[in-house]
Amino acid sequence: MSQIAPTTRLIALLALLLAVVSALWVWQGLPDNGRAFILNLRLTKLVGLITVGAAVAVSTVLFQTVAANRVLTPSIMGFDALYMLMQTVLVIVLGTTAYVTLPASGKFLTEVGVLCALAILLFGTLLGKGARDIGRTILTGVILGILFRSADSFLGQLLDPDTFATVQSTQIASFNTIDADLLPWAVGISLAAIALAIRLGPQLDVLALGRNTAVPLGLRHSALVIGALALVGVLVSVSTALVGPVTFFGLIVAGLTHGLAGTARHRILLPVAALIAATILVAGQFLFERALGLGGTLAVVIEFAGGLFFIHLLLKGRVR
Amino acid sequence: MIRPLPVMLAILLSLFVTSLTIGAAQVSLRAAGSDAWAALVLMESRLPRTLAVVLTGAALAVAGTVMQQIVRNKFVGPDTTGTSESAGLGLLLMTILAPDSPVWVRMLVASLTALAGSAAFILLIRRLPAREVMLVPVAGIILSGVIGAVVTFIAWRYDLVQYVGTWLAAGGSSGIIAGRYETLWVAGAAAIAAWFAADRFAILGLGDNVAKGLGLDPAPVMRLGLMVVSVVSALVVVTVGMIPFVGLVVPNIVSRIMGDDLRRSIPVVATAGAALVSACDIIGRLVIYPYEVPVGLIMGIVGSVIFLILLYRPTRPST
Amino acid sequence: MIQIRNVDFQIHGNPILHDISTSIPKGQLTALIGPNGAGKSTLLKLIARLEKLQSGSVRIDGLDLSATPTEKLALVMAVLSQHTHVSSRLRLCELVGFGRWPHHHGRPSAHDRAEITRALELFDLTALADRFLDEVSGGQAQRAFLAMTFAQATDWLLLDEPLNNLDMAHARALMRHLAGLVRDQGKSITVVVHEINYAAAWADHVIAMKDGRILAEGPPADVLTEPLLSRLYDVPVAVGTHQGRPLILHHV
Repeated sequence: MSQIAPTTRLIALLALLLAVVSALWVWQGLPDNGRAFILNLRLTKLVGLITVGAAVAVSTVLFQTVAANRVLTPSIMGFDALYMLMQTVLVIVLGTTAYVTLPASGKFLTEVGVLCALAILLFGTLLGKGARDIGRTILTGVILGILFRSADSFLGQLLDPDTFATVQSTQIASFNTIDADLLPWAVGISLAAIALAIRLGPQLDVLALGRNTAVPLGLRHSALVIGALALVGVLVSVSTALVGPVTFFGLIVAGLTHGLAGTARHRILLPVAALIAATILVAGQFLFERALGLGGTLAVVIEFAGGLFFIHLLLKGRVR
Repeated sequence: MIRPLPVMLAILLSLFVTSLTIGAAQVSLRAAGSDAWAALVLMESRLPRTLAVVLTGAALAVAGTVMQQIVRNKFVGPDTTGTSESAGLGLLLMTILAPDSPVWVRMLVASLTALAGSAAFILLIRRLPAREVMLVPVAGIILSGVIGAVVTFIAWRYDLVQYVGTWLAAGGSSGIIAGRYETLWVAGAAAIAAWFAADRFAILGLGDNVAKGLGLDPAPVMRLGLMVVSVVSALVVVTVGMIPFVGLVVPNIVSRIMGDDLRRSIPVVATAGAALVSACDIIGRLVIYPYEVPVGLIMGIVGSVIFLILLYRPTRPST
Repeated sequence: MIQIRNVDFQIHGNPILHDISTSIPKGQLTALIGPNGAGKSTLLKLIARLEKLQSGSVRIDGLDLSATPTEKLALVMAVLSQHTHVSSRLRLCELVGFGRWPHHHGRPSAHDRAEITRALELFDLTALADRFLDEVSGGQAQRAFLAMTFAQATDWLLLDEPLNNLDMAHARALMRHLAGLVRDQGKSITVVVHEINYAAAWADHVIAMKDGRILAEGPPADVLTEPLLSRLYDVPVAVGTHQGRPLILHHV
């Protein structure tokens, strides 16, 4: 008993918890009629929720490591808004018909690639130098997010003024509707990205110390920043493509992770974060959809709680 | 030296006339005298709309100046401090609880909830670490998001999401006709009240200690400021919806050009705000003519770009 | 004269001042000295009505602080606080102009304008009058705040560490200037100073505070002595004389 490290116990405990809520999600109140169909539906959603949770969690922890800051998250910095804007721009550049005839996989892979490049370009310049004025960096990200969202709606209107409503609907996150066509690709890509991130763990530990400490320790700082941002780009693409933008979820997860894990080692942090996020999403969706009958509102409630948590962090001066 | 006020007034006037002549229907200003139909379009649709846009821009810009003085931070505006969302919350509650209440009651309730939201923001930022100048607007934007989430949740429960969307998403003035915009004159009056108290707001901006030293009790000035900001935000949200960034960027630009001698600068701020919103409204009407893009959307793009430029261009020319 | 009677003050239950009773003489330059945390600034803020009295009373030229309207007090005393960061973009002349606000409340007369010009001249700011506050050095901004306080044209000036941000030459010039105002115009000035030799060189009256109590008060020659200063700062100091004034030596 005492041989097992507390962190291993934590991971085992979280995995068990996730297994329990997943089992509950799949088998609770399963009707006899159309059993196979509903089972299939529930399993698809379960895999989707776990993938989104893991992608959001790992991308947030990675991003905070690159920024050497516990308040910044990809969503707060406008990352997912950038994804949506890019999607709209792709439609315009490729033309609506060409875009629609593209296979879902090809479309998705193109989007992931473009977002990675943009992420490295934009956030690499913004964060790369160690972001001396962290307040200004956060503010910039928040404003960029607003800019991307406005530009996205604007372009959406240019495309077809009558479908403003549809454009707007994609801007609100929903865990209710997960795109099943994308799921196999999303699962594969995020598994690969997460595995790579865990492999880079020890180097990320050094990166988290900040540029001024990491460079004297012999870390190839710029290369690792670019690599980490690329992984963040991939994971944000996955989660945004599946459910839409969720601004504060990653912040809650990263906060909980750093609180619970009690270590700064990424090989522990990343799996813990992924498990926590997946558990919250599955349990939350179960609670809201089955118990409260409020299937569509989990995202709103998470935004609310996450926003309050963010303000709490600001007030406690935990910005640096 | 160029005098800013006459220049801005001239620009506003030309935008005003342009706005009157643009629209799905072809109307000539000269024809209005003889042509009854043209006169109808002008008086019932074009003029109310143009006035609404001008009043909105002017009042929001002045409200932004006031907000920046009472918060003592250049990077805030009524749309980034939870004020507008709180007004939306009040309006939504009135729609659900007392759908038959007259317009002025709704406006009053929306103003009161806006006041509560701004007061919450002031209490919040007083507890922020003092030196974090840039975190004040961040806290405000997040607070707006939290209140927005409450509004969305309630709207979802009562199936009013579409309805709420028109206030909280990009505001537009396309539906403004005679009889639908007149309450905005109250917002204009609030802005004029702020001008009368310009000196007091300027002293408040110097800090509580300086104000007290000069024999000015900061509390009532703060209350007046919050009332101006709340009334303006509530009326604008109720009438045309959210117009982001006007109250934030216009006072900053004017301040860069002519400083913060509020007595002199508030008229310029008001004119410039009116001109900016008019220009964005005209762009919104032309870009996919004869359809329209809401002015709030155009302001979202133009405003955030201006804001980023302000953020990265140092104030000091050289030392 | 400012009379302070039985003033206690605490912040969140921590006592800052203990039963302070003293008086500040009129027509003199008074220096409040003492180590960090002695309560000098707090006492000054209480007199300046920037902090509310919790107990005891303060009378300034016979006016009871808690019974006199704040607008009236602004005509009797002017205050310069620490930490005067301002986010407004004001020209120096506009900032100094606010010193006249208690007199006109928004409608400046020719006399007010003349006073502003005089204050700018007095603090050597005429050439900078049209510059913005964020375009001048810290010392120049500090002088602008002093000029604003002066423009208020009150009998009493309360200055909390006015030498902040000033180099040696400007600090000396300011103290000299303040002494001149007392001598030539009959002003009464109270300053909190950290560098004790400025008090030694220019003050007429010294109040030494430690741990929220007054340790000693009186003319500089009586207060600034070796045993008393060593006790005040818990550091051994030597006191010499230079040009007829005490000179405190605490080099190593």
